[in-house]
Amino acid sequence: MRRAAAAALLAFLISIPLWVGNLYVLHVLIVTGIFTIAAMSLNLLLGYTGQLSLGHVAFFGIGAYVSSLASLGFSVHVAPDWLVTVGPQPVWLAMLWAIAISGFFGWAIGRISFKVRGAYFVIVTISFAEVVRLVALNWDELTNGPMALNNIPPLTISIPGVFEFSFIGKVPNYYLVLAAGIVAHVVIARLVHSKAGRAMIALKENEPLAMSVGIEVTRYLVLSAVVSAAIAGMAGALYAQYIQIVDPNIFLFIYTVTMVIMVVVGGKGTLAGPIVGGVIFGLLPEGLRSLQIQPELQWVAYGVMMIVIVSIMPSGIVPSLAGWWNARIRAHAKPAEAPETSARQAAQ
Amino acid sequence: MEEFFQHCVNAFMLGGIYALLGIGLTLIFGIMRVVNFTHGELYSFGAYVMFALVMLLHVNFFLALPIAMALGVALGAAIEFTLLRKLRGADIDTTMLVMIGAWIAMQNLEQFIWSGVAKSVRTPFPSSPLVLGGLSVAWSRLFVFAVAIVLIGGTYALVDRTRLGRAMRATFQDSDAARLMGVDIDTVYLSTFALGSGLAAAAGALLGPIFVVSPGMGDLAALKAFAVVILGGMGSIPGATIGGFLLAFIEEMGAGYVSSGYRDAMGFLLIILVLVVRPTGLFSRQERIG
Repeated sequence: MRRAAAAALLAFLISIPLWVGNLYVLHVLIVTGIFTIAAMSLNLLLGYTGQLSLGHVAFFGIGAYVSSLASLGFSVHVAPDWLVTVGPQPVWLAMLWAIAISGFFGWAIGRISFKVRGAYFVIVTISFAEVVRLVALNWDELTNGPMALNNIPPLTISIPGVFEFSFIGKVPNYYLVLAAGIVAHVVIARLVHSKAGRAMIALKENEPLAMSVGIEVTRYLVLSAVVSAAIAGMAGALYAQYIQIVDPNIFLFIYTVTMVIMVVVGGKGTLAGPIVGGVIFGLLPEGLRSLQIQPELQWVAYGVMMIVIVSIMPSGIVPSLAGWWNARIRAHAKPAEAPETSARQAAQ
Repeated sequence: MEEFFQHCVNAFMLGGIYALLGIGLTLIFGIMRVVNFTHGELYSFGAYVMFALVMLLHVNFFLALPIAMALGVALGAAIEFTLLRKLRGADIDTTMLVMIGAWIAMQNLEQFIWSGVAKSVRTPFPSSPLVLGGLSVAWSRLFVFAVAIVLIGGTYALVDRTRLGRAMRATFQDSDAARLMGVDIDTVYLSTFALGSGLAAAAGALLGPIFVVSPGMGDLAALKAFAVVILGGMGSIPGATIGGFLLAFIEEMGAGYVSSGYRDAMGFLLIILVLVVRPTGLFSRQERIG
């Protein structure tokens, strides 16, 4: 049943460029997809380990900057008279670098931030994102500062002498983002259903208890931060090679808010949640735009909708729907055939 | 050496405002366990009230200040009453997202009403600074510092000496026990949020006329206030005061001797350093893990 639904959804997503001719719609879908991948990665931290990171955009931005810099080439003074020059790398290699370095930052920041919990953790993660933004803004020699990195080359895959293909334009990028989304989904699903995933959920539910049964809390938190950061970095790298320009505004707090709201509205701690939330909050600004009101009022409406949705559905859409669906099935089936299923398990 | 003392003077002037911002946030944070993302908006609200009163309605500058603060208190009370009261007992993520939604709505409403163009407010202070033995301080900064110190002292007295303050401290220690002892929690929460908001509005009303008033001005102020709270420990007025001055010193020295572009990063680097060296915070004896 669930397999069939997933296959149908996948077939639908694959078919979209065949019947959607409007390039602007495809553009919106691509950007929505990229942010949905970022939201999926955030869900690993927020939904499965229960740590609300409000600095997730740092990893997204680091991924975008690393892949852009590696594919453009750069030279930078490591010390006053020690100039390091790196020539342009192939884009696929640059993207792998982006994933690796974002993951490394996830490890380093995780090691430091996981010393605190709750509201302190939130503020520390905001601080990290702010520091990274200020570095991107001020380290002119490397990042070009507010002048931005321009003309970032698109991803090209080739077998020398046999064939070469560049992801230029909407349709190839749509499929690229879709493929990346599937990879991210599979990685996260594998991790969540493994021993490590069960440890994460245990420490979210009750950290002292998890610790008392021998779960190394910090180790699993850092593991989830590394995977989460690496996937966010991949999303950032995809964004950079698609938009082809990266400036320090990529680190704005509002992007983190977008990722968090996608996860929470869809349902944190469910695999489908960030996808549902991602589609809703990816398309919502476009819907508000079509109302033909001033941009400021669109954002006011965005904020108000955030308040309303979070207030009435704090656990998110997917768990709420799953709860309703299970209750319906249980009402129809014989009691013996309807095992007790929690909303979280059902949503997976 | 003179340059160093000048930096010290500047840091003191700035520290008063940081402390004022931090105290409002730390009270809300400590007593209500709410990460208040609207704090920066209350700050810019205070500044815009000053602009409206002084520049549009031609109200006297010194009369406009208490009005701005009173309106900040009223707006804070309204936010607590309409949004937070319903969320009592909700988990921290839910409350935080509602506050982020309120922040987005308020900031864009402000931009809609006043447009994105920065406004300036005329002040009654002489434009030539006070010069004392090679050090110079603008009269307006001196006034801001004095008012900030008075407000900090007043808040401390309120929390330390009055009946309401005792109820606040009791709620901070253990809200359930306080409720059982007959403390009206709703009143405590309402007054805490209104007081914190009033202090933020006062900070904006004081600082807005010195710089310019723009819709995004609250964002940086809120980040500074968060930094102060981390440094000082939550719910502690002396901690937030010391944290405010500490942050101002680090920023001023960092901007003066390291790099002015990283001025705003200094506070965050300080937070990270504190976490590496001493995760329980500089002044807080309270356990903050878990």
